Amino acid sequence: MQNNTDTQPQQHPISLYFKVWGLLFVLSSFSYLVDYMQYQGLLRWTLILVFMFLKAGLIVAVFMHMVWERIAFTLAILSPPLCILVLIALMASEASYTNLNRLIFFG
Amino acid sequence: MDNTTQPTTSGMTGLIEDWVSDKDAFKNVSWGKTMMWIFLLSDTFIFSCFLVGYMSVRMTTDVPWPNASEVFALTIAGEHIPLILIAIMTFVLITSSGTMAMAVNCGYRRQRKQAAVLMLVTAVFGVCFVGMQAFEWTKLIEEGVRPWGNPMGAPQFGAAFFMITGFHGFHVSIGVIYLTVVALKVLRGDYEERGYEIVEITGLYWHFVDLVWVFIFAFFYLW
Repeated sequence: MQNNTDTQPQQHPISLYFKVWGLLFVLSSFSYLVDYMQYQGLLRWTLILVFMFLKAGLIVAVFMHMVWERIAFTLAILSPPLCILVLIALMASEASYTNLNRLIFFG
Repeated sequence: MDNTTQPTTSGMTGLIEDWVSDKDAFKNVSWGKTMMWIFLLSDTFIFSCFLVGYMSVRMTTDVPWPNASEVFALTIAGEHIPLILIAIMTFVLITSSGTMAMAVNCGYRRQRKQAAVLMLVTAVFGVCFVGMQAFEWTKLIEEGVRPWGNPMGAPQFGAAFFMITGFHGFHVSIGVIYLTVVALKVLRGDYEERGYEIVEITGLYWHFVDLVWVFIFAFFYLW
């Protein structure tokens, strides 16, 4: 791998991009197969999330060159989105409360 | 603490001195690239808000959510294939990300013609994607899907669908324009002296559009 302190523009073997490209194709096919095979419930959600994070990770790490950036930069960009987890938790608890009320009073 | 190294000038001169004191935290990352990343970070929050909003309405409704697998099915040559249009759109976008990565690579190798051509190919894939999205919107509108209701189930489906895919499609369209402009400038040789980091910065935007689609595909179409 390239030395991070190198000031030269990043040069990576083109074969690496082809491998990642191929992997993204395979992972997308797997995602589609989850639906095509009609997996349901916990298995479906787990598979969807696993393939989603693998694809997102590959795009950010290799295509967007994040693995070759310095840690100061990577953390500055990749850690703030973790706040979204808090929003998800808050909204999920609020939503299930609303849903419960709807079921009790309108269901 | 050694106070002699602290800035002493006050007033406007001090303000200027503070801002130009050359304390960059991100070594070897140009301002253009940093700013693009910060823009993408803010965009991440916008898309997250849309997806979290979609999660909320889907969780709160007591009407069954329309089955995306069936809503987005197409009948091709007599075969009924679930979700096929979305699968094709996904592959088109991934292909365009691949050509974009190649363009960045060519740019840094200073092969400006190849870089420009690859960027234009990427833009063409982007146009294909938006075209298929227009087809999908037309199909759903003809079937009676509206932001306030639809014949398949929970009325919030239309609002979430048009908002999320519409905003993403808008990003793709802007990306196509951005790519075309930069590709033509690359082809003309505008960056021969400054170097081809601009191709990488444009690429960051394009890959981000693909990245957002990964999440939309997972949460909206597959979930």
